Amino acid sequence: MTVIQEFEKHPLAKYLRAERFPHIWCEGCGDGIILHCFVKALDDLAVDIDKFVVVSGIGCIGRAAGYVKCDSFHTTHGRPIALATGIKLANPKLTVAVLSGDGDLFAIGGNHFIHAARRNVDLTVICSNNFNYGMTGGQSGPTTPLDSYTTTTPYGNIEHPFNLVHLAAAAGSVYVARWTVLHVRRLAESIKKALRKKGFKFIEVISPCPEIYGRRNKLGKAIDIMKLYRQISEIRHGYDPAKAEITREKIVVGEFIDIEKPTYGELLQKQFIKIQQKLSEG
Amino acid sequence: MAQTVIDTANHIAAYAAKAARVQVIAAYPITPQTSIVERIAELVESGEFDAEYIRVESEHSAMAACIGAAAAGARTFTATAAHGLVLMHEPMHWASGSRLPIVMPVANRALGPGWNIWADSTDSMSQRDTGWIQFYCADNQEVFDTIIQAYKLCENERILLPAMVCLEAFILTHTYMPVKIPDQEKIDDFLPHYKPNWILDVSNPLSHGNILSPEWYMEFRYMMQESMENAKQLIPEIDKEYSKHFGFEHGGLVDKYKCDDADLILLTVGTIGSEAKVAVDNLRREGLKIGSARIRVFRPFPKEEIRKLAENAQMFAVIDRGISFGMEGFIAEETKASLCSQNDRPLIAGFIAGLGGRDVTFKTIEKIAKKSAEWMQRGRIEKETVWVDLKE
Ligand SMILES: Cc1ncc(C[n+]2csc(CCOP(=O)(O)OP(=O)(O)O)c2C)c(N)n1
Ligand code: SF4
Ligand SMILES: [Mg+2]
Repeated sequence: MTVIQEFEKHPLAKYLRAERFPHIWCEGCGDGIILHCFVKALDDLAVDIDKFVVVSGIGCIGRAAGYVKCDSFHTTHGRPIALATGIKLANPKLTVAVLSGDGDLFAIGGNHFIHAARRNVDLTVICSNNFNYGMTGGQSGPTTPLDSYTTTTPYGNIEHPFNLVHLAAAAGSVYVARWTVLHVRRLAESIKKALRKKGFKFIEVISPCPEIYGRRNKLGKAIDIMKLYRQISEIRHGYDPAKAEITREKIVVGEFIDIEKPTYGELLQKQFIKIQQKLSEG
Repeated sequence: MAQTVIDTANHIAAYAAKAARVQVIAAYPITPQTSIVERIAELVESGEFDAEYIRVESEHSAMAACIGAAAAGARTFTATAAHGLVLMHEPMHWASGSRLPIVMPVANRALGPGWNIWADSTDSMSQRDTGWIQFYCADNQEVFDTIIQAYKLCENERILLPAMVCLEAFILTHTYMPVKIPDQEKIDDFLPHYKPNWILDVSNPLSHGNILSPEWYMEFRYMMQESMENAKQLIPEIDKEYSKHFGFEHGGLVDKYKCDDADLILLTVGTIGSEAKVAVDNLRREGLKIGSARIRVFRPFPKEEIRKLAENAQMFAVIDRGISFGMEGFIAEETKASLCSQNDRPLIAGFIAGLGGRDVTFKTIEKIAKKSAEWMQRGRIEKETVWVDLKE
């Protein structure tokens, strides 16, 4: 049996591009789990893969766009949300998901994130937060915790990190959740919920980067990091995202925001009709 | 005592920033530049390098922060590559227009899509109209020396422009070579503390970025052009002065090798220029009168030197690791433009080679040279632009 035939036996193989595997991720990396949960959500929802688009930016998790077997775009660093907005507005029948990293979405691409959330563009954005720029070798970024070690903070980070769920909620997201890669079942359910819901949805996934961030911060092997997640994560649905700061002692996870609000596409459509009526009335 | 270190060109670039007593660094990581700024971060954090390191959130911000720091009077440094560089395009114009002597190594890397992290000079060469001086290096020593020279040049009153120091992805950035690092006092003698002509100063407030009406805009642009012309004179002088101090000289604007009696001259950039020397030696042994001229400075373009080289040569074979789509290789274009006002021009053939990091070895260059020699003998070139080893 060839490797590809072997691969095709996996129940979720139909959503993946066999020829691209093995993947590039390091052993113990959380990105594989995120991809798994994502694909599982697609399968559970029996998503029409011909009407589904995945967009990612550059980073380790960004490679996910190349692994899923649907239309996908591995775009420039920082731009996946802007690009996804274009896709969604050009063809509102498509469901568009963005899978990208903390650096991509919140450093170089931070502006796109807040504005897409403000406009309530109909997108599902999933962020693999590994607290550093994994792909380029582990520099500090906008989510690196205070005092953490990275290649650009060899004596500890002095910059305050973003609390992503707070940022997403404040910017206007209609759905905001946070999980760690330990919460596989809940994460997959959360992705399903987000995909079914209209508007700008944001899921933060705390993900181990054992090879780089983990090693520098002496977090042990991937399994130790998973144990840590079990120890310090606390599920609190409806919790105030402003208070959900990640600390060494605690990671609050759960669904924080789940509200309804007209999407940018809906408002656009309404405006269009309004103007047409006005014009036809002369 | 000068110190010899064996290290990658990226680390050498970091040591050069330290030796130049840079005061502010703002950078965002990108392969293959990362180890320049990581090493700087280490040196700054440990206190060995007295500077501020700003961990900005993108290259666009890196250049903006450098502009601010330079305007406030600091000797300023950043480094980038490929997508990072082209993202800086807007503030790069602003840096040169504000006449700020920022120095920036560029780890020449291919632009996507398709994603490619290997050597290609289209990234920096496509920035040729931003008003930045552009140097291209052929080895790690040259990277060190050029960064020091670049500050000396850029801070000169007759210049006041920013400069890029380009080094090809992996071929230089990640390759270890021995490099002589001169004594700090000697570097300080050569490159004294930065004394800006004007700075942002609360007791003598200046207002930047004002409207410049059609009445004066042209005059300001003319001054930039004048500075570029001045740079053509100053670069070789500074290179000579540097060699008097430290022993290394890199050819000023054009690093010429066995060109004096050459019928055929290879025009190259960067490490292709080092490989070309090997090819020249081999082919000379076979009786071909060949030389190599490595363009070390692409902006300002050394028109006059090209014209001088053209006086005795019968043919130029220009090798470009970059392409200006819809025209030809950058160096081929500029070479032709430089010669169009001349009578008795040599034949010129352009060769596109090594895009996206494909190896250009002395063997590739010998092949190019042999084809060129054939055309030279016939007195006519068969193709204006040849894509070397193209799979068709
Ligand atoms: C304009 C630009 N700047 C820099 C880079 C280099 N780069 C690639 S990925 C990356 C950071 C990725 O970090 P993150 O988004 O957190 O993803 P991770 O690798 O951690 O999954 C950087 C800086 C780039 N590709 N383009
Ligand atoms: S570097 Fe870190 S984030 Fe990237 S694949 Fe390896 S473990 Fe995962
Ligand atoms: Mg990351």
